[in-house]
Amino acid sequence: MFSKPEKRWVYIDRTVTEMNNIGVGSLAIVVIIAIFQGAVTTLQIAYQLISPLIAKPVIGSIVSDSSMLELAPTITCLVLAGKVGSHIASEIGTMRVSEQIDALEVMGINSSGYLALPKIIGGLIMIPLLVVISIFLSNLGGIIAGEASGILTSEEYLQGARESFLPYNLFFSLVKAFTYAFIITSVSAFHGYTTSGGALEVGASSTKAVVYSAVAILFSDYILAQILL
Amino acid sequence: MIELKDVRKSFDGVEVLRGISTRFETGKVNLVIGSSGHGKSVMMKCMVGLLNPTSGNVFYDDRDFTNLEYSQLRQVRQEIGMLFQGTALFDSLSVEENVEFALKMFTNMTKAERRDRVNFCLEQVDMAGVNAKFPAEISGGMKKRVGIARAIALDIKYLFCDEPNSGLDPVTSRLIDELLKQITEEFNITTIINTHDMKTVFDIGDDVVFIYKGTNEWDGKVKDIKNSGNEMLTNFIKASFFD
Repeated sequence: MFSKPEKRWVYIDRTVTEMNNIGVGSLAIVVIIAIFQGAVTTLQIAYQLISPLIAKPVIGSIVSDSSMLELAPTITCLVLAGKVGSHIASEIGTMRVSEQIDALEVMGINSSGYLALPKIIGGLIMIPLLVVISIFLSNLGGIIAGEASGILTSEEYLQGARESFLPYNLFFSLVKAFTYAFIITSVSAFHGYTTSGGALEVGASSTKAVVYSAVAILFSDYILAQILL
Repeated sequence: MIELKDVRKSFDGVEVLRGISTRFETGKVNLVIGSSGHGKSVMMKCMVGLLNPTSGNVFYDDRDFTNLEYSQLRQVRQEIGMLFQGTALFDSLSVEENVEFALKMFTNMTKAERRDRVNFCLEQVDMAGVNAKFPAEISGGMKKRVGIARAIALDIKYLFCDEPNSGLDPVTSRLIDELLKQITEEFNITTIINTHDMKTVFDIGDDVVFIYKGTNEWDGKVKDIKNSGNEMLTNFIKASFFD
């Protein structure tokens, strides 16, 4: 995969296209999930912490920390494994079974590099950005839910979030995002590229890509938490 | 000129090609005929490098394709054009982008020069004016023509066609045949066509290789094919006409 590109600008052009497909194409679903994730977490934390001894800003600190450490990177990337992963696997798999990859090879193009590399780089750039957006929106969802239900004010939420904020948590979240981005794009590209047969096998590759990516994400989630926390 | 020397290919111990040795001459339409499952496509894939022969050699004008360094292999591949059975056009690219693809990847042409070359190639295959359409928007015959245009976009020396008439009506089939013949003569390239279609053989063929159970059972000129004296070939021809 990592041989010298035939034409560098063609690869840059393809990477930008993939960034658009992965990043902009997934923005809507990430926005929806992040807002509801923050809102529901706020309500559930409040439900579990009903006590006059616990200050309300604690709810904000728990929601913002769990969003940053776990919910935003992991839930977002599990969803992206389904959306982006299945798209990559089925796109490359269809190219395989319809001889389009053979056509690239006959032309003398390094097909694995041409097809997979822009997707991997595009994913490594855009998925961490989506995770950062998800962290912000998750907190926004928490604030909205807190205000709407009268559990806590936005000031109380933000006070709690600010007091518990550690830059290292953001770093940890981004490490997770990069790792998951690599897993989603490379596992899916691999399953697409190694497809053989017809339409049925393309579907099977797509399913495998999602399942294997999800399992690898959860496994690496545990490993990263063990190593970095 | 392309030459095969004792090319063998096995899959899981089953020998599909059993020592094929033959030559395909420049400026001629070379036809590879034979029943399905006897090794025509495997032989073509070995020739273009999509499969590695188990043993034997493929020479492109005295360059041993089977033993070239990766960079040299890529160089030879840029001299090869291939029309696939299912056309293998890139779904996500328009007709123009499909034809332009190899020019973008391997030449330093400006955008205007590329566009001129694309238009020239599309005119060659009588497909001018469909530049903006996508493969899903054109017919099977048109796809084949675009596939030929894409194959000749670079200054190729060797053109491979795998079942170029499959799935086409008889009229379109003849048009594709004529086009392949015309391109072969005009650009003086080595054209190799895998086909079952005996009408193609008699209409445009110069030399013929008959593959039977993984061996080249007979090769010679088209004019000699009816009097080959080879029982397998005679049966194949008879069966083709009865079909």
